[in-house]
Amino acid sequence: MNKALLSTNRVQSESDLRELQRQMTGMLFRPLNSAWKMQRKTEGGESISDLAESFIKPNNRLTSFERLEIYNRCYWFRVLDSLYDDFPGLLAILGNRKFLKLATAYLIQYPSESFTLRNLGSRLEQFLTEEPDWIAPHNEVALDMLRFEWAQIVAFDGPARKPITPRELQKQTPATLRLGLQPYLSLLALDHAVDQYFIAVKNQETDGLRSEASNTSDTAPDQSRRKKRLRLPKPEKIHLAVHRHDNMLYTKRLEPAAFALLTALRQGATLEAACETAIAADTSKVRKAKAGHDFPQRLTEWFADWSSLGWFTQPDSKTTPSKTSL
Amino acid sequence: MPANSFNGFTDYGIGIGLRVPHYRHILSEKPVVDWFEIISENFMVEGGRPLEVLDEILEQYRVVQHGVAMYFGSADRLNKEHLKRLKRLVKRTKTPWLSDHLCWGSVDGRYTHDLLPMPYTFAAAKVTAERIRQARDYLEVPVCVENVSSYAEYHASEMTEWEFLCEVVEHADCGILLDVNNIYVSSQNHGFNPYDYLDNIPHHRVGQIHIAGHSKFEKYILDTHDHPVLDPVWKMYGHALKKTGPTATLLEWDDSIPSFDEVHREALKATTFIEATIPTKPKKPKTPGA
Repeated sequence: MNKALLSTNRVQSESDLRELQRQMTGMLFRPLNSAWKMQRKTEGGESISDLAESFIKPNNRLTSFERLEIYNRCYWFRVLDSLYDDFPGLLAILGNRKFLKLATAYLIQYPSESFTLRNLGSRLEQFLTEEPDWIAPHNEVALDMLRFEWAQIVAFDGPARKPITPRELQKQTPATLRLGLQPYLSLLALDHAVDQYFIAVKNQETDGLRSEASNTSDTAPDQSRRKKRLRLPKPEKIHLAVHRHDNMLYTKRLEPAAFALLTALRQGATLEAACETAIAADTSKVRKAKAGHDFPQRLTEWFADWSSLGWFTQPDSKTTPSKTSL
Repeated sequence: MPANSFNGFTDYGIGIGLRVPHYRHILSEKPVVDWFEIISENFMVEGGRPLEVLDEILEQYRVVQHGVAMYFGSADRLNKEHLKRLKRLVKRTKTPWLSDHLCWGSVDGRYTHDLLPMPYTFAAAKVTAERIRQARDYLEVPVCVENVSSYAEYHASEMTEWEFLCEVVEHADCGILLDVNNIYVSSQNHGFNPYDYLDNIPHHRVGQIHIAGHSKFEKYILDTHDHPVLDPVWKMYGHALKKTGPTATLLEWDDSIPSFDEVHREALKATTFIEATIPTKPKKPKTPGA
């Protein structure tokens, strides 16, 4: 028996308490086996029963192992259920088995560091960038869906700033005017029409509500959520704004030029420079499709629309957008 | 006894937990409810629908905050970001007191999102009491700690759970959110007499009571909050009220949630028990000749 095991039998200081809590979380964070039970051995071949007995009392009905297993199962059911709830589109793309393996690997690598389950998936994109094999061969569409679903979480309860007023706009010229965008607004340049696919997924989904104040979650994630596999979306370049209006979630498809303009503004460009970027992004195909609407007129329409949605704010000097999720 | 320093000298009656499936009903039908308990963490967000709903509820109802992630018993220091957001919410709701659990759930900044049992030792009680005091002094609102249901006990424990609860609340000088269902669940899982628990806590510190349903398995009971309150728990509740006097009571129903009316009806069953504890006014002796 090692020193750590011995020390958890007495909690007579803060450091003893920490040691016991490390011991316990070390057990809880170990994934369940395929039968949703606690594993019997560690990777090093140690008996989990022996480890459990070292700090958990048995009783006349349950062994130390079985008592610890209740918590091990509750932990995994709770966190997996949370990811199932937050990423139904990714689940549909990968299928249940693959999603479960991915979710488990992710949670081992990145256990929650937030007091709220809302942030549980916040490092999933980073994880998949580091370990893309979990979503192969659907890497591109899976990442597109992940970004889209995370954008919805941000739109649901992300912060809002006071929209800028027309009077504030009048104070500056396009050459000097810089605008911020609402923090809850995500701009996504994607290679698949995951927005439509997501709607199809939601239409298949049965309602499920996460428990709130109970400290137990006694059922494995619902694996029968999908009635049938949906055909994956074909490659198609799309530009999306995921946002909220009157506290309802919306997705708006943007023309490439509009997307370029908003992106440039978020990156801190002046209005004039952002418009130049937008003109450069206004491909001939789009120009042709929009025959009869010259660029200034479209620009006016976009700004009227976006202003009415309250998207523009004072610029945020701290904004450092990532490459694809702006 | 109901109004005490641990519940902000309020005299709240029977409340129910504010849950998503009931939002529409509550906002449209505006049922008469004495107060709602909210899960603090669900509203410690920066915008959007959760806060809009909360503000609408606050216009009509009294709200008390109940947390699930403060983890007073963790060896980690209190999470400053958590506290900041919680204080912002306290100002928004004007909760007369707030509660969280006597448990731990995170270590080294990694969260289990569970309510894990404490080792019942004097050292652990001291650490926990310090955290509670720090939170209360920062939040500037009375704090009640709730006993959790548990499925495991540690070799390291030096005392019973209720002795540990006493040790913590006396050192922290805080209130108790007495969850009688949790006492029942733990008593069945660990083989103690739940009435020993109820009889041996500082009753004057009880600021609020929780009641809930649970699920029985072959070898243990789980605190699932997905059933009506069971008879043994009602009986314990009645016993607890005799000790504490009429106390703010909240029904928790978090899974397989039925209609609002069904949950409310279940909660209002507590009325009978509360009324039984209210002393009736002594009849005036008849004056001679009257």
